[in-house]
Amino acid sequence: MNVQLPIGRELFEPRRPGSKDIAWCPGCGNFGIRNILISALAELGLKPNEVAIISGIGQAAKMPHYINANGYHTLHGRAIPIATGVKAANPELTVIAEGGDGDMYAEGGNHMLHAIRRNPDITVLIHDNQIYGLTKGQASPTTMVGMKTPTQPWGVFEKPFNPIALAVALDASFVARTFMGYFKESVEILKKAIRHKGLAIVDILHPCVSFNRINTYAWYREHTYWMEDGPFDRETAFRKAIETDPLPLGIFYINEKPAFEEQVPAYRKDRTPLWKRKPKLELVEKFFEGKRG
Amino acid sequence: MEFRDEVSIVLGGAAGQGIQTVEEILTHALKRSGYHVYANKEYMSRVRGGINTTEIRVSSRRVRTFVKRIDILVPFKRGVLSWVKDRLSESTVVLGEKENVEEGFLGKVNLVEVPLTKMAMEVGSQLYINTTSAGLIVGLFHGDFKAVEDYIGKRFGSKGENVVMKNIEAARKGYELGIKLCEEGSIRVEIEKNRGVKDEVLLTGTEAVGMGALAGGMAFLSFYPMSPSTGVSTFVAQHAEGFGIIVEQVEDEISAINMALGAWFAGARAMVSTSGGGFALMSEALSLAGMAENPVVIHLAQRPGPATGLPTRTMQGDLNLVLHAGHGDFPRIILAPGSLGEAFYLTAEAFNLADKYQVPVIILTDQYFVDTYYNLPAPDVKNVKFERHIVEAKPGYKRYELTEDGISPRAVPSYGDDVVIANGNEHDEWGDITEDAELTIKMQEKRALRKLETIKRDAPLPKLIGNENSEYLVVSWGSTFHVVEETIEKLGSENVTHLHFSWVYPLNPEAKKFFEGKKVIVVENNITGQFADLLWKELGVKADHRVLKYDGRPFSVEEVLDALREVVE
Repeated sequence: MNVQLPIGRELFEPRRPGSKDIAWCPGCGNFGIRNILISALAELGLKPNEVAIISGIGQAAKMPHYINANGYHTLHGRAIPIATGVKAANPELTVIAEGGDGDMYAEGGNHMLHAIRRNPDITVLIHDNQIYGLTKGQASPTTMVGMKTPTQPWGVFEKPFNPIALAVALDASFVARTFMGYFKESVEILKKAIRHKGLAIVDILHPCVSFNRINTYAWYREHTYWMEDGPFDRETAFRKAIETDPLPLGIFYINEKPAFEEQVPAYRKDRTPLWKRKPKLELVEKFFEGKRG
Repeated sequence: MEFRDEVSIVLGGAAGQGIQTVEEILTHALKRSGYHVYANKEYMSRVRGGINTTEIRVSSRRVRTFVKRIDILVPFKRGVLSWVKDRLSESTVVLGEKENVEEGFLGKVNLVEVPLTKMAMEVGSQLYINTTSAGLIVGLFHGDFKAVEDYIGKRFGSKGENVVMKNIEAARKGYELGIKLCEEGSIRVEIEKNRGVKDEVLLTGTEAVGMGALAGGMAFLSFYPMSPSTGVSTFVAQHAEGFGIIVEQVEDEISAINMALGAWFAGARAMVSTSGGGFALMSEALSLAGMAENPVVIHLAQRPGPATGLPTRTMQGDLNLVLHAGHGDFPRIILAPGSLGEAFYLTAEAFNLADKYQVPVIILTDQYFVDTYYNLPAPDVKNVKFERHIVEAKPGYKRYELTEDGISPRAVPSYGDDVVIANGNEHDEWGDITEDAELTIKMQEKRALRKLETIKRDAPLPKLIGNENSEYLVVSWGSTFHVVEETIEKLGSENVTHLHFSWVYPLNPEAKKFFEGKKVIVVENNITGQFADLLWKELGVKADHRVLKYDGRPFSVEEVLDALREVVE
């Protein structure tokens, strides 16, 4: 790859003993996503201690161990609520929720719906390889119809989940899709997503070299295209979102609206992060005073 | 009929008839008049109709628990007498309209007819029945009518001056009639007033827990509504703006606790408030809190289970749930306040404990406890300590450093130059995934053994009340404190002593000394005796008698007295 890597990337390269042995398969798309994310963070001029990556469970969710940033490797499906809590406690942090298609669209599906409504200022990165990797090859919500898997030997018949259409339908704040094979474009999309104020959803297509023999690097190049414009108005974005072959890449939709942390009364008058605040004992005393009468 | 020193008044009516308003006016006005008051309600899981009742005890001395006996019953609808028939006695006075007394009871109860509907209609609407009744009862006490006026002003102020005036007028009609009834001698209430009571505060269990959390530095509360825990979230939401905290109603309990974990991870003190079913959904995240050593505070207001059970009633049936919830071995702290004052201090302290030991801290209350009102001296906020246990992430910081006491110094993101890695997978000292057998042993021992030992050593001992050398020891935990307290006072035997546990788990091994040579009676509001089993498992103490109640109602003093007499006499 003859791409000029940004300065500052080395800050995000972990040097901890446990971050050396990477658990991804050789050739896995997650390596590319890691590179893209590190470049985006470095180009945005962020420092490792200003970033928190909250991940669920799965191969994608191992990211916090391979990047030098604050990290919390949590539970399957729960990255979004935990990331929401992190951002609420400290809005000064850049918060990223990260996981795979099973993590975010199956186990964590309900949180995804309500996070779109709540609109916390976090970036949700979905490593979408259309298969379950860590549990070894079962269908995910985005697996294509007809694919045979060890647990669907008759072939998948459920229609794949369309995260982009869902997000646009729910009037999400930022909706994009990319393929990790396009490094430069992906870095730009991630930078915009991270900078965006409000919930930013980026569905990142990537191959699973071990369990998905259909959606390969070559397949994604053949079956995707870059939208010339975008973001679009909601109706056009939705029309684009329901295109399936080839799959459009790029930013579908941006809806600038107040983030959760801007709406809650706690931050309206006082921007001090919650975690730095102290109990207001004088108000407790006043409450008891009122309870005398 | 004459009542001296103490009276137990029960109001019964349909949901939506405003019984709660009467309860509020009465407790506030009578307390301000100088009486000790206690109130509790039992209600059905419905919005309109059915029968809900409220018991108000008014006394010259402290009253803080439920009695079965009804001295004065005010029925707002027909059917109330049947609903409470086993609580009526020859001396019960029924105060109200004949229409609200079922035929079978006419001639058998002391009915003092009061035209409540007519009086309310004179003011303008049947809706005023509740304020008329409140006035009537305050009148029976020759209570302070100004206190009634003030409370009505406060309660209805937002609805406009006319509503306030009409309600005061309705209350005054009741008040005047109450005084007249006393003068005529139909009903006499002679209870000594106590000047000190006026300066005390009137709190509910819900308020004590909610204010305790705010005093303890809670900055974030996430919840999904579930009776009987919702009151705490509602109460805190009313204060969120002033206190500068976030209160968020979320999509489910799973999200609620995970958000709270995230907030704690980033350094803010967070709590969730739920009941048994909601807590069940939280068990996976509880286990994450155990593994990641992520502090969290959980308020669980119990109701009878299994499943939906009795949504609006009471039980101490979720002790086993909170003891065992979550896969894998990890320590937790379980607290169950016995009094309202304790609910305030313990809830505040729960946040220090979570911060210090980095474990889930569960505050167990129940429907009876959160819905209990009584007067008490105002808690002293100077006794609340705000103890943070956060360190800076200096270069080379290890989130899960192996330490002697099992506690690894906790840093939070952005405080210090290095990063913080938390992990729900087994991990090395830095927080990265490990599969190493030896390291697994070390981490398991740090969390599940050494940390637990540290907490046990620090755990406060139970409270012994009474004669150390008695033959019998009556054990209570959580909400059964006051009923056991009053029963033992009534029993008046030097041979019976009270031991109360508010710190329920883990138990300090030293607590065993209280049981030596005693016959142990454990009183608890569940069917199997979950705490008695815990005493056996943790301390090797065998309960000789278990006094259990599991009909979804709280213990009454009469019931515990009968049970204790059977054992000791």
